[in-house]
Amino acid sequence: MVSAGRRTLVIAGFAVLLVVGTFVSASVGQLDVGPRAVMGAMLHGVGIDTSWRPDDAIVEQTLLQIRFPRVMMSILVGATLAVAGAVMQAIFGNPLAEPGVVGVSSGAALGAAVAIAFGVASLGGWGIAALAFLGGFGATVLVYVTARVGGRTEVVTLLLTGIAVNAFAGAGLALVMFAADTGSREQIVFWQLGSMNGSRWSEVGTVAAVGLPACAAALALARRYDLLSLGERTAAHLGLKVEQLRIGSICLVALLTGVGVAFAGIIMFVGLVVPHLVRMLLGPAHRVLLAASMVGGAALLVWADLFARTMMSGSDMPIGLLTSLIGGPFFFYLVRRTRSRAGGWA
Amino acid sequence: MTLAYEICNLTCRLGGREIVRDVDLDVRHGEVLALVGPNGAGKSTLLGAMTGDVPIDRGSIRLGGRDLAEWSSRDLARKRAVLMQANQVSFPFTVREVVEMGRNPWSGRATAEEDERAIAAAIERTDIAHLLDRPFTALSGGEKARASLARVLAQETDVVLLDEPTAALDLRHQEEVMLVARSLAAEGRAVVVVLHDLSLAAARSDRIAIVERGRIVSVGSPAEVLTAERVESVYGIAAHVLTDTPDGHLIVVPHRGRSDTASL
Repeated sequence: MVSAGRRTLVIAGFAVLLVVGTFVSASVGQLDVGPRAVMGAMLHGVGIDTSWRPDDAIVEQTLLQIRFPRVMMSILVGATLAVAGAVMQAIFGNPLAEPGVVGVSSGAALGAAVAIAFGVASLGGWGIAALAFLGGFGATVLVYVTARVGGRTEVVTLLLTGIAVNAFAGAGLALVMFAADTGSREQIVFWQLGSMNGSRWSEVGTVAAVGLPACAAALALARRYDLLSLGERTAAHLGLKVEQLRIGSICLVALLTGVGVAFAGIIMFVGLVVPHLVRMLLGPAHRVLLAASMVGGAALLVWADLFARTMMSGSDMPIGLLTSLIGGPFFFYLVRRTRSRAGGWA
Repeated sequence: MTLAYEICNLTCRLGGREIVRDVDLDVRHGEVLALVGPNGAGKSTLLGAMTGDVPIDRGSIRLGGRDLAEWSSRDLARKRAVLMQANQVSFPFTVREVVEMGRNPWSGRATAEEDERAIAAAIERTDIAHLLDRPFTALSGGEKARASLARVLAQETDVVLLDEPTAALDLRHQEEVMLVARSLAAEGRAVVVVLHDLSLAAARSDRIAIVERGRIVSVGSPAEVLTAERVESVYGIAAHVLTDTPDGHLIVVPHRGRSDTASL
């Protein structure tokens, strides 16, 4: 078992990464403002005026209207995706289940694209979020029903179903793009690659309103996820209502993934890399796993977004590209390691 | 004292086939009841029906005087514990964490000291103190079986159902597990255990029920149930039942002809 000291150390480490990342990300960019002005503007934002408040109105507006919502969006989407991954792995009983890999994200993106192309978006951010949720929910249910047989996950089936769902949602996205006008088309392309660019406070509000309660719900279920790892029948023998937990968790995964995808697009592998890393450092107990994954996922996306913005001057790289650049090789490493240890999954 | 289980006229179907047929069986507190029989006879399905996993087609099962369907899942988990044949854990939880999960039904009911005491007692009884910090996933088959048994004991239930608890164990641990079953019965608990080793069943159970093609063909004390004729008719193999043994326990061995003669 992992000592409490180590747990505190790791979570504190993630938190430091997150806070430092937040400040650096808000300070750096086409307009360098420095951490003092960032602090001042932040305090001003919550109603405390200090001498650190930036004198320049443009600087302040840049921070309040562009950088802060963008950083907040990265924090929220990183946390929700990491938690979605951990929850998915818990109900599948498998560390390879991840919203991006098995197609939940592309299902959600298809829902969001339909919302934009057919004008549901006129209902505001909630309309896009609702359809993204429906798309993600449909994909999760499909994958779950296909890959769970007799209380066990068949990994090959899981991944093959993921391929099918990704292919179908990809084709759906292409079709919607084909049918849509130029403006919608650009927005849809942006989904496929994932980006925090242009995040607005209203969108941040929507993600927070859905994502934070969903994360809290996942944390409240942590002990049950521990039991579930004994297998569905044994968990039931210990008094767990497995069917309820399963349905509730599928909704949670769809909510957590859908709301992030609705505004930031498909960002793969966060839900794979972060919980895996936490498990290696702190063990598999879900209360700690979920809490640390929230902080770790937030930190990862803040730094990833910072790199996406600043790596090539004057251009904003899609963040989904970056996470896949890290996540792809990591996935490969997981597959290799499991092959050498346990003779593969098949 | 009420009976632990009262099973009346029970029939269970799986995949359209009747796996358990017209079973009548009582299980008493303070006894070890062994379910024996050939592969595929329906022992595990019968145990599954008693657990609440396998739906009942006809007939009834009463647990502690109450119909099984009336038990809430939480109450049921405080009344009966189940050790399944295969015990896998999907993530590398430590053995201690796995044993602690056995206390889940009591969360909010038992104090921290009661939990600790139950866990410590379960660890001692199953002889796994040296495995506590190891990941469950890295244990050998026998160690997994004992760690899972510890989890079942930590649950501290009146009724304990064990599905082939000795299957993966060596000679000494087989004996120890059955002695644990005996000590549970001595505390007044009801223990139902599925076994393949007839001699082990004869030595450590109060009663034996033989299951054949979904029916209980015989139930009673080991000496009543285990006769050479019955073993031969149920298993389809000639057997010797030795009663004059050094420790006084009945032994069942198949009649083993010379290996160069083709037929059994």
